[in-house]
Amino acid sequence: MSEHALDISLTVNGERVHERVEARKTLVDFLREDLALTGSHVGCEHGVCGACTVRVNGEIVRGCLMLAVQCDGATVETIEGLSDSGEIADLQAAFEQRNALQCGYCTPGMIAAAQDLLKRGGVPSRDEIREHLSGNYCRCTGYHAIVDAVEAVAQARAGAKP
Amino acid sequence: MKITDDSPPVLTALDRPNSYIGRSVPRPNLARLTQGRGLYVSDVTLPRMAHVAFVRSPHAHARIGGIAADAAKKSPGVIAVVTGAELAEVMTPWIGVLTHLKGLKSAAQSPIAVEVACWQGEAVAAVVARTRAEAEDACELVEVSYEPLPAVTDPETALAAKTPVIHASLGDNLCFERKLDVGAVDKAFAEADAVVETTFLFGRHTGVTTEPRAVVADWNAGEQRMTVYHGTQAPHMMQNLFAKHLGVAEQQVRVLTKDVGGSFGIKVHTYADEMATVALSKLLKHPVKFVADRIESFVTDIHARDHRVKAKIGVKSDGTITAFEIDDLTGIGPYSVYPRTSGIEANQVVNLVGGPYTCPNYRAQARVVFTNKNVMCQYRAVGHPLAVAVTEGLVEQAAAKIGMDPLEIRRRNLFPDDGYPCASAAGLKFEKLSHHESLAHLDALMNYAGLRAEQSRLRSQGIYRGIGFASFIEVTNPSAAFYGVGGARISSQDGATVKLDAQGNISVATGVTEQGQGAESVIAQCVATAFGVSIDKVRVVTGDTDNTPYGGGTWASRAAGIGGEAAWQAGKALRGNVLAVAGAMLQAKPEALDIRNGIVVDSGSGTERLSLEELARVAYFRPDTLPAGIQAELVATRHYVPRAWPFAFTNGIQASYLEVDTDTGFVKLLKHWCVEDCGTIINPQLVDEQIRGGVVQGIGAALFEECLYDERGQMLNGNMADYLVPMAAEMPDIECGHVVSPTADSELGAKGAGEAGTAGAPACVMNAINDALRPLHAQPLTDMPFTPDKILRALGKV
Amino acid sequence: MKPAPFAYRRARTTEEAVALLGEKDARLLAGGQSLIATLNMRLSSPALLIDINGVGGLGGTVHKNGKIEIGALVRHAQAERSELIVKYAPLIARALPHIGHAAIRNRGTLGGSIAFADPAAELPACLLALEGEVEATGPSGKRTIRAQDFFQGLFETALGSQDVLTAIRFPAATKDTRVGFAELARRHGDYAIVGLAACARADGERLSDVRLAFFGVGATPVRARRAEAALASGDVDAAVAALDLVPQDDVQATAKVKTHLAGVLLRRVAKQLMEERA
Repeated sequence: MSEHALDISLTVNGERVHERVEARKTLVDFLREDLALTGSHVGCEHGVCGACTVRVNGEIVRGCLMLAVQCDGATVETIEGLSDSGEIADLQAAFEQRNALQCGYCTPGMIAAAQDLLKRGGVPSRDEIREHLSGNYCRCTGYHAIVDAVEAVAQARAGAKP
Repeated sequence: MKITDDSPPVLTALDRPNSYIGRSVPRPNLARLTQGRGLYVSDVTLPRMAHVAFVRSPHAHARIGGIAADAAKKSPGVIAVVTGAELAEVMTPWIGVLTHLKGLKSAAQSPIAVEVACWQGEAVAAVVARTRAEAEDACELVEVSYEPLPAVTDPETALAAKTPVIHASLGDNLCFERKLDVGAVDKAFAEADAVVETTFLFGRHTGVTTEPRAVVADWNAGEQRMTVYHGTQAPHMMQNLFAKHLGVAEQQVRVLTKDVGGSFGIKVHTYADEMATVALSKLLKHPVKFVADRIESFVTDIHARDHRVKAKIGVKSDGTITAFEIDDLTGIGPYSVYPRTSGIEANQVVNLVGGPYTCPNYRAQARVVFTNKNVMCQYRAVGHPLAVAVTEGLVEQAAAKIGMDPLEIRRRNLFPDDGYPCASAAGLKFEKLSHHESLAHLDALMNYAGLRAEQSRLRSQGIYRGIGFASFIEVTNPSAAFYGVGGARISSQDGATVKLDAQGNISVATGVTEQGQGAESVIAQCVATAFGVSIDKVRVVTGDTDNTPYGGGTWASRAAGIGGEAAWQAGKALRGNVLAVAGAMLQAKPEALDIRNGIVVDSGSGTERLSLEELARVAYFRPDTLPAGIQAELVATRHYVPRAWPFAFTNGIQASYLEVDTDTGFVKLLKHWCVEDCGTIINPQLVDEQIRGGVVQGIGAALFEECLYDERGQMLNGNMADYLVPMAAEMPDIECGHVVSPTADSELGAKGAGEAGTAGAPACVMNAINDALRPLHAQPLTDMPFTPDKILRALGKV
Repeated sequence: MKPAPFAYRRARTTEEAVALLGEKDARLLAGGQSLIATLNMRLSSPALLIDINGVGGLGGTVHKNGKIEIGALVRHAQAERSELIVKYAPLIARALPHIGHAAIRNRGTLGGSIAFADPAAELPACLLALEGEVEATGPSGKRTIRAQDFFQGLFETALGSQDVLTAIRFPAATKDTRVGFAELARRHGDYAIVGLAACARADGERLSDVRLAFFGVGATPVRARRAEAALASGDVDAAVAALDLVPQDDVQATAKVKTHLAGVLLRRVAKQLMEERA
């Protein structure tokens, strides 16, 4: 086995995956090209825009700043998996109702980042929401609708707690 | 006795039962996007698909000597290395000129540079390989010998005798020049009580669409047909251009767009590397994919807004504006972009300065010059952000000079709401605007008096907040006057085909396209209302030249006003067709029937008579049961183009409230408002969201964005860490209000709304900063973006 | 862009990483938040990437002998959540939320930040202000390098080509410790235009042992020693006047602006130092 390409085994959206992958391939390219999970997007390849944000071992990361080979043995969750599990159903509904997405390209990363904030519990202020989402670039919405949607979900989740 | 009339209001054509017009319906088909199951062109893969990467000139201007490609051709995964000369066998070059911009000239541009590279980033060779990574590996092995040539990088000296001419065949570096002189400008300045003269500088911007430009071209040699998956706003235009430059018939080309990750005008232009990708597919008989990465996007996506405008305003002490004058200079790239030309932005600046005001004296000069930087062309709100900043900046500086409130000076000069139709000094024809009602609405919405009081109170504590305004007009729904008259194959009309299927559901194919603004939803709302079904029964097909009526696509805020009207008319026409069949089936007069909520009913009583599903079943499968002579026609197509007005002008007014940290020069945006009149509003939430997104793009212009070049024509900040786009933490909440002045040129009365936010935001942020700093006697800032550096210098702190 | 091809090996121990660094053109991969971005832009094309994320013993934070020792592989996000760091390294705790964004902090490591030594980064300045030290392992074994000797030039440190940074160490905060931190960035999470990491000891009503480490003002973080002395004597104006920084123009700001902003930050941080209660 060449050191330029390695075999990796990992879990992606609950499915076991075994692939041979070039060392230089980033996690997001691996997801998109090798696994055809095109819901995670490439926007800059230098870690600034956040379109590639996915979850690795429960934490959000930039898919363009991790190599696929680093994910051997890891648990990866992409927007497709988060969606099918139902974990973000209320966020998705709020985004759709409030038109917190227009072209939708930043949306998977934006929702992953929003869920990362909301998982911590409590009702963040609008400024706190803006700060937590400050690493996710959106050119379409101007962010106001996104903040509205995340705030509404935070309030609903807090209200739903016994 | 007071006689009051209690008649119900006269029903307009829009007062359909269960009307979706004016309703904030959530867009259908958003679930696929929130699930990550959309299909962007950058997601498309085809069998045998290859990837192209381009060898790009590191020099702003250089003669291309030899291209040694042997090592590259042997690199793993490489299919071909292709030069400009080789590609010229497959694709002809183009020239971006329009005849109605008199004197506009440009040199021919090739898909890959031949002989000379004219900007840093221009493609000089293409490497096609199995993967993008392998193509890039091979690009590093291509040896190009360049003979650097002097680069023209300063627009101010581009026309000087000593400056080299980029294209010898053109004679000089002048692309386009326009002059306008209306009224008696010199007399008006002489009679003014106060004159403000200043120079506005605007940074060069680029769109930074979240999904970069992407195209997959697939030439099928057996069918002799080119299929292009293209993230374009104008698929029919691209179909026409691909066909023209490949030398095939239009019907041999199909252009498909599905999801597009943002466009804003960036994706409505013809790009050399995209054309090259299409040509490469034909040459190599492979599908070929090109996705511009972010780094190459910065040096190849069109830039915009790089203007220097010297400007002057004259006012009387009673606030009457007596004259406007501008001298606009813009340095575009080495080519006028095809087919819309790079003269339009300056042309718009000349047209739009002074636009909201009655002042009849206006003189303007604009020159568009070639430089060896990246190409420039239309980007959201084309020319408006500049014209509005110039006009509104002058107006507020003039108000300050004569000691008048900035809203008051506007009240004294805006076109009166009851004075329409009329025309501006520059000759723009206005059907009906609402400057005064919008201003009054804004005044109340933002509690202007309250904010002034707060500003005053905080000033005494050494906290400097500012309030700035921008009134504006906005071009929407363009007729053929925009491009068609100049010879461009850009359609100003649009069409919709509406069809009832065998289950009684509706599909509508439209020539306008979707990049996130909600065109699909607007079309569905129009059809659902006009025809008479609930919106979940309507499926919209867009972005496919094989399967939609010939149309213009989405740009210049035309999708709702033009695409929507075509859809509305088609929906009505289909209802007529369906009721003709229903009448025959029910032995009733079609005029006594209606379709409501998917059921044929008696229009008077509302009694349900027949389901659409049943009608369709009979029409499609049991026409033998229909009366003799009936031929059911369950499809209708209608086209629409504005005829009465060259453009449907809209109007609005924005305000910015911000705080300047006078120690650091940092600006904190506290709040933003926009009151806008786009005529009939089809979906209020979508209009508000277009405004918000547009405002933030304008804020980017005012505070953050600028493509920086050195004197050698090298772009210095072409990445997302150094080119600063607005992110969530620095943006304010944006409150929107509306006034409605429908256009009579269509039954819907809808004008456009997509660009208004961007048109006004830079101006009002600028005015707010200057308002904040006024008590500190800072020289008013007019050089965007307003960085801490510039603010500190204006305050004399550095 | 896509990175140029490279070989990849996972090191299981520090010694293995040191040995692999002996190969031609090898780079260490820890958090990767800076490295992979440069690889993606082909600004760097190493032949071999040595992944040290699996090396044991480098991921903990301990409080011993009056010092805090943070393992090189501790992630920024981990550090944010660490009670030890919040309590005994308040300056670092103040700085951490300014580093990039949550997704970056989940992967980026403290060791990586120190070793990369971006002049506009927060943690190198913190370490300098804390008069901390860096522990490294190389071909001749372990050694300790003082922060003041560590940062040598633009992205240049005292680490040799075969050294692996294993930990950072600095005195734990006591009840007399006062810290102050401020940075100015155009957008939240951006690299700072100018920043200041400061600490001092409360000495009755006054401050002693003042350390002011500026970042974004030179090739390395810089101690403003003349300003420190003036601030210790209680005179903020004199401290600002005594600032002797020599920044360069860059894409973000001119030297003049950086100098001015450094003075503004000094005033703001001085207030924090005075008002701080440990």
